[in-house]
Amino acid sequence: MTVIIDKTDLKKKYKKVGYYPGCALEGSAIPYDKSTRAIGKALGLELVDVTDWNCCGAMEVKNIDPQVETYLSSRVLSNAQHKDKMDVVMAPCNGCYKNLKQAEHELGHNQKSRDVVSKISAKAGHEAYESGNVETIHALDWIKMGYGEDELRKKIKGGLKGLKIANYYGCMYTRPRNIFPEKAPGAGGDDLIKPHYMDDLLAVAGAENVEFPLKTACCGGAHTLSDRDMSTKLVLNILEAAEAAGAEVIATECPTCHSGLEMHQIRALKRLSKKTNVKVIYFTQLLGMAMGLSPRKVGLNGNISDSRGLMKEKGIV
Amino acid sequence: MAIHEKSLIRPENIQTHDELIIDGIDVSGDWSTFIHTRVVSDYNEDMQDEIEALPGGEFIHRCWQCGSCTNSCTVNAENPDFNPRYWIYLIRMGMEEELLRDKDIIWQCVSCNKCTSACPRDVVPEGVMKATAHWMELKGHTPKSESHIFDEIFTHQVIKYGKIEDSEVLRDHMKQTGRPLMQDWFVQMVKNMMKGLPVMQLMRMGWATVFHPKTKGWASASAAIAEHIAEEREIERKALGITKREPDVNQLDAAE
Repeated sequence: MTVIIDKTDLKKKYKKVGYYPGCALEGSAIPYDKSTRAIGKALGLELVDVTDWNCCGAMEVKNIDPQVETYLSSRVLSNAQHKDKMDVVMAPCNGCYKNLKQAEHELGHNQKSRDVVSKISAKAGHEAYESGNVETIHALDWIKMGYGEDELRKKIKGGLKGLKIANYYGCMYTRPRNIFPEKAPGAGGDDLIKPHYMDDLLAVAGAENVEFPLKTACCGGAHTLSDRDMSTKLVLNILEAAEAAGAEVIATECPTCHSGLEMHQIRALKRLSKKTNVKVIYFTQLLGMAMGLSPRKVGLNGNISDSRGLMKEKGIV
Repeated sequence: MAIHEKSLIRPENIQTHDELIIDGIDVSGDWSTFIHTRVVSDYNEDMQDEIEALPGGEFIHRCWQCGSCTNSCTVNAENPDFNPRYWIYLIRMGMEEELLRDKDIIWQCVSCNKCTSACPRDVVPEGVMKATAHWMELKGHTPKSESHIFDEIFTHQVIKYGKIEDSEVLRDHMKQTGRPLMQDWFVQMVKNMMKGLPVMQLMRMGWATVFHPKTKGWASASAAIAEHIAEEREIERKALGITKREPDVNQLDAAE
């Protein structure tokens, strides 16, 4: 199936979307939630929280039961469609985003998934979600397609002043490939192999994007606690590659990646005596500051990786 | 050389004499290198079917051994013994003894899905790794991995509340794996966050630790999910011929 995106229509379509923050954005990634809402407000993009949403199951529930994982996402999509009358749901968390996409794919292709979802939905007392009714998008799509780079340029106040950034997309924005038909070659979405939406937006905001070879490398997030030493090694690869590429900041778009980088940057110092200075900042925080929002407005002071000094030094805030 | 025959050249299967003369010819050292013949007769003919019956293992039969999974693997780059292609081969051949040599590292798959994206046959090697690690545990070859413990804690919270709370997952995992929470890196993380004085954020996080976030109207979904998991577990147990009952995530509530 080839999906050709009609870009002219998206500004209207994404003007008001269902918002699925997910558990992380209410816990360890509060700054990501705060900055996402802040730039939505500043750009006049309306977010409607999905009514009574539940956890998507992240990377864990599928190992216990994949059909339950599909059900969890289907309930979120069902609520967005039936309770909130939305045809688009925006998820800033890569885990949530991937799982909603995966559920959409499963329900479109797998009879067992459809059977289990309709069985559990009936018992749970809500309408079973059927594939094709709600479009899931990432916060990157939301701004890049829903607002547009030319319009965004007009909103930049001060900008990022040539800040050197390595854009880090992680695993679940592009993998597994089969659940992202809009990213297939020629389909008009972001690139599966070398994604660039975050690069594009931050370039508009005045950043200097460095050539970063580990854009879609894995941070070991799924095992950040259970296989700590492996995660520390994987994160250290990413931090060191970013520094070698000349980056002062790693821009993130996933709460698991973000907290993994922050946690294992400290752990690498404590356990391996490897010190790295590159700062870890959500792309929404960077965009917000480039638009003139204060560091507090985008929750910069809530990050574990303290970048306030660097932002002042660069004259960004 | 077929991929499994690399076992033939393991040190214990190679014989070399430092000093050996046969029919007046000196064949000392490398000249007398000899590989023990190995006859494989203990194929486990059920292994592939059993792993296929577990979540994630469904498509293992599609594999045609191209090696794209191992080639793209995140963990393989750090540890060459982590070799999905080789393990899939062994499972399909039924070479259980060889597979068991690597039993303690199979659970280390980080689910980055590079293999799933690279695979031309849609085997979903990531799922196969999870199913294989799960099979090892169900068959009693390995204890429950830290990763599986994490999955259970997480799933338990989702079923019970509809949402998870990060710090509770962290605390429970540290507790169940017998590690102190106050590790140097953890203390440093908390200190770093406090430094910025994000008052509202700390209040929200504190509130969530006391009052676990819940999904409104979740009770009926919770019961339906628990029921479904119990049914699936029963099917799995039958497929693997297991009669012993392990406590399930959905039964943990009763134990609390």
